[in-house]
Amino acid sequence: MEFFVIFSPLVGAILAGFGWKIIGEKVALILATSLLFLACFVSWFLFLDFDGELRIVQIFKWMSSGSLEAYWAIRFDRLTAIMLIVVTTVSALVHLYSFGYMDHDPNWTNNETYKPRFFAYLSFFTFAMLMLVTSDNLMQMFFGWEGVGVASYLLIGFYYKKPTANSAAIKAFVVNRVGDFGFALGIFGIFYLSGSIQFSHVFASAQGFADKEIVFLWTEWNAANLIAFLLFVGAMGKSAQLFLHTWLPDAMEGPTPVSALIHAATMVTAGVFLVCRMSPLMEFAPNAMAFITFIGATTAFFAATIGLVQNDIKRVIAYSTCSQLGYMFVAAGSGVYSAAMFHLFTHAFFKALLFLGAGSVIHAMHHEQDMRNYGGLSKKIPYTFAAMMIGTLAITGVGIPLTHFGFAGFLSKDAIIESAYAASLGGYSFWMLVISALCTSFYSWRLIFMTFYGNPRGDLHTYNSAHESPKIMLVPLAILSLGAIFSGMIWYKSFFGDHYSVNKFFGIESEVSHSDYKSEEDQNKSDVAIENLSSAIAIAEFNHDAKTSITYSSKHTPSGAIYMAPNNHTLDEAHHVPKWVKLSPFVAMLVGFLLAYTFYIWRKDLPKKLADNQRYLYLFLLNKWYFDEIYDLLFVRSAKYFGRLLWQKGDGQVIDGFINNLSMVFIPLLTKLAGRAQSGYIFTYAFAMVLGIVILITWMTLGTGS
Amino acid sequence: MDYFLLSIVTFIPATSALILLLVARGNDHAAALVAKRFALFATGVTFFVSLFIVAQFDPENTSFQMVEETDWIMGFKYKLGVDGISILFVMLTTFMMPLVIWASWGVEARVKEYMISFLLLETLMLGVFMALDLVLFYLFFEAGLIPMFLIIGIWGGANRVYASFKFFLYTLLGSVLMLIAMVVMYAESGTTDIQALMSHQFSYNNFGLFGFQILGGTQTLLFLAFFASFAVKMPMWPVHTWLPDAHVQAPTAGSVVLAAILLKMGGYGFLRFSLPMFPVGSYIMTDFVLWLSVIAIVYTSLVALVQSDMKKLIAYSSVAHMGYVTIGIFAANQQGIDGAIFQMLSHGFISGALFLCVGIIYDRMHTREIDAYGGLVNRMPAYALIFMFFTMANVGLPGTSGFVGEFLTLVGIFKVNTWIALLATSGVVLSAAYALWLYRRVMMGDLIKEALRTIQDMSLRERAVFAPLIGMTLLLGVYPVLVLDLIGPSVQTLVENYNSALSIAGINGDAMIASH
Repeated sequence: MEFFVIFSPLVGAILAGFGWKIIGEKVALILATSLLFLACFVSWFLFLDFDGELRIVQIFKWMSSGSLEAYWAIRFDRLTAIMLIVVTTVSALVHLYSFGYMDHDPNWTNNETYKPRFFAYLSFFTFAMLMLVTSDNLMQMFFGWEGVGVASYLLIGFYYKKPTANSAAIKAFVVNRVGDFGFALGIFGIFYLSGSIQFSHVFASAQGFADKEIVFLWTEWNAANLIAFLLFVGAMGKSAQLFLHTWLPDAMEGPTPVSALIHAATMVTAGVFLVCRMSPLMEFAPNAMAFITFIGATTAFFAATIGLVQNDIKRVIAYSTCSQLGYMFVAAGSGVYSAAMFHLFTHAFFKALLFLGAGSVIHAMHHEQDMRNYGGLSKKIPYTFAAMMIGTLAITGVGIPLTHFGFAGFLSKDAIIESAYAASLGGYSFWMLVISALCTSFYSWRLIFMTFYGNPRGDLHTYNSAHESPKIMLVPLAILSLGAIFSGMIWYKSFFGDHYSVNKFFGIESEVSHSDYKSEEDQNKSDVAIENLSSAIAIAEFNHDAKTSITYSSKHTPSGAIYMAPNNHTLDEAHHVPKWVKLSPFVAMLVGFLLAYTFYIWRKDLPKKLADNQRYLYLFLLNKWYFDEIYDLLFVRSAKYFGRLLWQKGDGQVIDGFINNLSMVFIPLLTKLAGRAQSGYIFTYAFAMVLGIVILITWMTLGTGS
Repeated sequence: MDYFLLSIVTFIPATSALILLLVARGNDHAAALVAKRFALFATGVTFFVSLFIVAQFDPENTSFQMVEETDWIMGFKYKLGVDGISILFVMLTTFMMPLVIWASWGVEARVKEYMISFLLLETLMLGVFMALDLVLFYLFFEAGLIPMFLIIGIWGGANRVYASFKFFLYTLLGSVLMLIAMVVMYAESGTTDIQALMSHQFSYNNFGLFGFQILGGTQTLLFLAFFASFAVKMPMWPVHTWLPDAHVQAPTAGSVVLAAILLKMGGYGFLRFSLPMFPVGSYIMTDFVLWLSVIAIVYTSLVALVQSDMKKLIAYSSVAHMGYVTIGIFAANQQGIDGAIFQMLSHGFISGALFLCVGIIYDRMHTREIDAYGGLVNRMPAYALIFMFFTMANVGLPGTSGFVGEFLTLVGIFKVNTWIALLATSGVVLSAAYALWLYRRVMMGDLIKEALRTIQDMSLRERAVFAPLIGMTLLLGVYPVLVLDLIGPSVQTLVENYNSALSIAGINGDAMIASH
């Protein structure tokens, strides 16, 4: 069944891409979409039916070279199951939505066929993404990793007539490659250290990395930290974290359904998935984990600040995605992988909803994307408005404080903020996330107010002819809305409940941590947390040591889809943070909302005034912290400069210059030997060769003779 | 028949060339077509017969197989044989040649001579990969250049004289040194039999020469002499500048053969001679070679970024890709060498296909200037798809053969030298940049250039030429075990012999650790 889920999108891609000429455009598209819906249903069945036990299906051998072996295989555990439903659900809905959205695309003339290509890319992307999440070794993961990169490249550059789209596509691919560069080095390192790239084997030996030193470049490093860091560089590229984020906003050049599927719900979360998947390694890499948390928190903040001032509706949501991914990394970096996956899961619904909603707005407004030209659309497109509203309530985290009732984002985001508090003891990552929550609320409501409220500011004709999208686009919105409302409440316990239910959900055997957790639960009840906590840690450390020796002798593989080391108590501590911490994201959300209301409904002159007042700050944010300009100078221009230098000076003057000078010695000699230049060399050459052989043979004959 | 299988395969093309020379008459269109068909048939038959070599080959047997040995002139031996290292180069050659011929359907000038050159070239290339005698190898190795000179010199572009001259100078230098080295080898070992030479231990005692202390003595000098020749062939930085010029001037089919097969002679030479015969010399020079390779990767990738001529760009990209090969070989462990051989095969398909791609539009527009194109995707969707496929294969996308070789060589080198691994891996970023940028400038955008408005998409024949290449690139990307199982045991033996030779010599350095 897993097999069916993974390969039906591939079949769909081939049908849509090549088969349409035979079976007709419409049939091909419908087939591709139906296949995805089937895959989606099967995935949900697998997810709900799944008991947490790891299953591995080997398909066939991919590579073997010495001890390096890799299979095409499907690894099915809870992480896979979650990703399967996320990917197939959003993908199926996006396929459906695209029927409406891509109809009569103004970027194409009437006689151009573009839809089969679009659907083929979408389906191919889905296939690659599924290969990524079901892989049983790092190499297949890398296959999926680069595969989604290509699909993303193709889809961003889908409107290939637009130069901006082409640039954005290349940028996305190349920046991702920078990440892949780290990922690849990580894989090499893992193979060097453990002699395998198979997950079960790597996980079993991961603990050993913690005590190993590895020589890398100029010095020795702790193996676990180095490898975890390198892998995270890959994650940074794919998940658009700070320094490698520049491609994501530009990726909005692609058609909006693509942004929803790839650049919001699925591909960009691959980095988070990678960190969670490698949790058995991450748990032993404290420095790398601190780095992940730091980058995640900083990205969350940085992207949210940029989101405050952007005017393109898709770019606002893109920066929002970037920021939300930062949240997930903070959770993972804090060791609460389940919370990271939780947010990944809920985020997929509400972010896809927001993007598809934005697509619906854009569709209604004849491909106008500048929010300054929107306004007053709530009456024109009521269903879209409702969907966007639900999405916004979800992303800003609206719910009843101190309970578990609320929109999806309320539960998952709060889970992360609580985890961050517990892990950092109220430090950097916690405060960054709270401030980001405020910004999130502000830019989300700003988007809603600018788009749906007030008076129309743009072209009146466009406004008057704005119409609600067809049903085929509204149905996906409705389904995603359900997810945005309920997915948090339904699965809260599984992802972020008590230790027991999380363990059960992720199939973690509770041999060590179970007793640990029990005792800790008691300790917390008796309110002498600090004292006992230290003893708990002592026990945990004892266990840790004991386990180390076991690991070395029996190669014990940690069970379960995620691994939390016995001394990792962040999940439990997160449940017992002070009340004000639990309230803080809610307060931040409220403040953000009120600010946005003030700026865009009540006192509409304020934004302009503030922008004029704080001109440099405004420009700094509007220009995205000038990352693009700096990178252009540092990398693009300098690469070209060096390329030209090496070519003209290096190849041209130094190397060829030397050869030419050398030849000045030879040329007179050669031209004497051969009359005509062109054939002359050839004969000279043949002559020289024959001469050489004659000398060789003479020498040898003499040699044997003597 | 079994005994002569290798000779049969080697000499079918040459015999066909002879027949063509003697029998074919006339200069008209019909005669040209006959020559084309005949050459296609001959290369096709060669490929078909060569399949029997694979069928009979036993991968587990790591010594030479299907060996033929006869006495030859002046006490020298005619000896052919294949092992896990050479067999796939033989197959690559026989596989590529029919495609090369078929892709040359558009040639109109001196067709008969053209076909004769290519057929002759095939025999000589096959000879290089099968020869098991030093003198025989040298003959094939050097003689192979003559048809290549002719191909560039007669059917080449405007600046062909300069290009072939440059090629000549470079090669001459390498050849002379290699020749001297061969004489020394014979003098020391008393044999020219490659098998015997591989088990002969050349002296590696340090000695002084012109006041310099030569570490590894004779072995190092022999290594360097062979290195001069192979490095030019690869080509390695800084002796690579002949390649872009040769490619630019060569006709499409010439470029394909050059990139797909001729370049592989250098890598093959390292594996056949340098590592097994001069292990100590190789070991001593390892760092030197690795650094040259990694410089090549970064340097030529940057240079590729600013090229305005399509063929030059792909030529520079070839140099970069060959950098991975030498890195893999001199990592001297299983993954490294497996990867190097794989990379050479894969590069044969991919770079061959890319040069064919350039040929397709060159035939139509008679220019290779990137700026002369733009927006081709609008009129040439099939071409765009194929070009995209090979662009992705060229940047080493997993699932294509380009990935496997790169990946394995890097895995191999990581065990040996992480600096090299890091810098070489950075090549994946640069290759993506130059390859995609090329694609964008040629294919993407709106079609606005007046001259391109009537350009035609690929014909059925042109598509058919690509089909086998696409098939192989995908097959080897998804199921590389096909190749790896064939070469694995031979490579393992090579690595073991290398390491034991080193340990006998009292060297137990990184290479020893890296072997497992």
